[in-house]
Amino acid sequence: MRTEQLRQEWFGNVKGDILSGLVVALALIPEAIAFSIIAGVDPMVGLYASFCIAVVISFVGGRPGMISAATGAMALLMVNLVAEYGLEYLLAATILTGIIQFLFGIFKLARAMKFVPRSVMVGFVNSLAILIFAAQLPHFAGESWIMYALVALTLAIIYLLPRITKAVPSALVAIIAVTAIVIFGDIQVGTVGDMGNLTQQLPVFLIPSIPFTLETLMIIFPYSLALAIVGLLESLLTANIVDDMTDTESDKNKESRGQGIANVVTGFFGGMAGCAMIGQSGINVKSGGRGRLSTFVAGTFLMFLIVVLGGFVVQIPMAALVGVMIMVSIGTFDWSSLKTLHKLPRTDAIVMLVTVAVVVYTNDLSKGVFAGVLLSAIFFAAKISKVKVTEELVMREQKRIYRVEGQLFFASVSDFTAKFNFADSVKEVEIDLTRAHLWDDSAIGALDKIEVKFAQNNIEVHYTGLNTDSEHLKNRIGGLTKASGD
Amino acid sequence: MFKKILLAADGSEHSLRSANHAIELAEKFNGSIEAIYVIDGNTAKADVLHAADKFEIELKRKEKIKKVRELLEGSGVTFKTHILHGEAGPTIVAYANENNFDCVVIGSRGLNNLQEFLLGSVSHKVAKRADCPVLIVK
Repeated sequence: MRTEQLRQEWFGNVKGDILSGLVVALALIPEAIAFSIIAGVDPMVGLYASFCIAVVISFVGGRPGMISAATGAMALLMVNLVAEYGLEYLLAATILTGIIQFLFGIFKLARAMKFVPRSVMVGFVNSLAILIFAAQLPHFAGESWIMYALVALTLAIIYLLPRITKAVPSALVAIIAVTAIVIFGDIQVGTVGDMGNLTQQLPVFLIPSIPFTLETLMIIFPYSLALAIVGLLESLLTANIVDDMTDTESDKNKESRGQGIANVVTGFFGGMAGCAMIGQSGINVKSGGRGRLSTFVAGTFLMFLIVVLGGFVVQIPMAALVGVMIMVSIGTFDWSSLKTLHKLPRTDAIVMLVTVAVVVYTNDLSKGVFAGVLLSAIFFAAKISKVKVTEELVMREQKRIYRVEGQLFFASVSDFTAKFNFADSVKEVEIDLTRAHLWDDSAIGALDKIEVKFAQNNIEVHYTGLNTDSEHLKNRIGGLTKASGD
Repeated sequence: MFKKILLAADGSEHSLRSANHAIELAEKFNGSIEAIYVIDGNTAKADVLHAADKFEIELKRKEKIKKVRELLEGSGVTFKTHILHGEAGPTIVAYANENNFDCVVIGSRGLNNLQEFLLGSVSHKVAKRADCPVLIVK
């Protein structure tokens, strides 16, 4: 049964998987190089990462047919670490990222992703798109019109070629065409070779040369944690999209563990941390890829191309890569969110915009997600903290009845206590809690306070209609001596 | 003649007009209709991003083609609806050819020349590649 499933996942779609794997490998190369440049490392670091992650995840991932490699979201998180401490620390951080992700998978924390509201996820992909786009702007600084023309040409080929043929990835054709124009036209523009070294070698196993001290750990840990969370967020989102596109299920905890293993291996082989890619996975599925074989072929063919064609890769003009990255950012942005923004509940729209604003301001996706989740939690608390209190006076018994409706907890109690008239002329007050729920210490404290204040005016307080949970809580921590819940 | 009719529908105005034509056709030839809604990669991405879980995604999609369903239900013609995944053009063609439909009814989005050059026309693709007659509703 188990081996039958494994055989199906690997060899259930051999022809489609091999063809789509080849297409994805070609589409991965420009992105792996461009993301390396964003992170501030040599192109090889991104290429090794894409090779290692794709190959490892094809064996240990939980979502067959999904493509994982070096990504923009992860590259953007590493910029400061690389700039301040260098590549070796990045490799160490990559390994630690993998360990954290593996633990996430072991403890089945994929479920925790449900605490990230969808408006935060929309903000996440939108800000990712904006950051990738913004990272391209410095390449235009001090350049002539030739740069703009080449970028425009790249984009034109990328978007118009699919009208004629979809057999080859249009981004790759754009890169080859623009590179050919630059080489044969002898045009002087910046190339990939100017951005760093490219060695035509297979990656080798190396332990990062860093001091193994607590201080090192303190430096890399915050980066690793952010990388781990952002990587899993994007990977699990991508897994859901691939699930939907292929109408199949996947194992999210296995995917978390797999992402972890892939990053650990990558770190030891000189690659930067990566995760699943929405765009590339989409290309894979559209090109007919469904099984693990497609991811495996993508990784190995990518490495093969670099070893064979490394000499060509260094001559790719930056303008072509910038064009490809602009396409990636356009494809990443969730355009439907602009159309529906005015229709969303206002709090959801604010959460989305705040997530984007925090990311763009801090250049850190994890901070944006954190701010978005926090703000959603505050909005949620504000929404459910509206407590309704209705009064009724029973003249005959000189008694006032307060009917409380809503959730009593730390955020709602201050409004709640203000709704009682303590300087009343009645003898007795009844607080009906049938449609209320006590949640915490603050709720009990509020009831205590109300009782004391009424007592100061010689008014006796009775409670009715406490539900079982609330009564249990009240009996456990409440100082309500006079309470007579029935 | 046209017993087995395939209706490509995405819930848009065009697809509602197509549904009416498909119903007339089915009534005339005493045929049945299968309506399909094809989810492509971009739609899948947006739908997953904006929904909390699988159940909600399905609900929203059913909501989207509800009007088409209502038209079909109101007509009294025998019908089925499916949601398929893939690129619209090739998926419709493959479904039509594999299941031996007698006719495909599909709406034209009414794009201008430039839009058609950039976006491509699904209805033209279907007309070109389907084995059966194709009715493009303008």
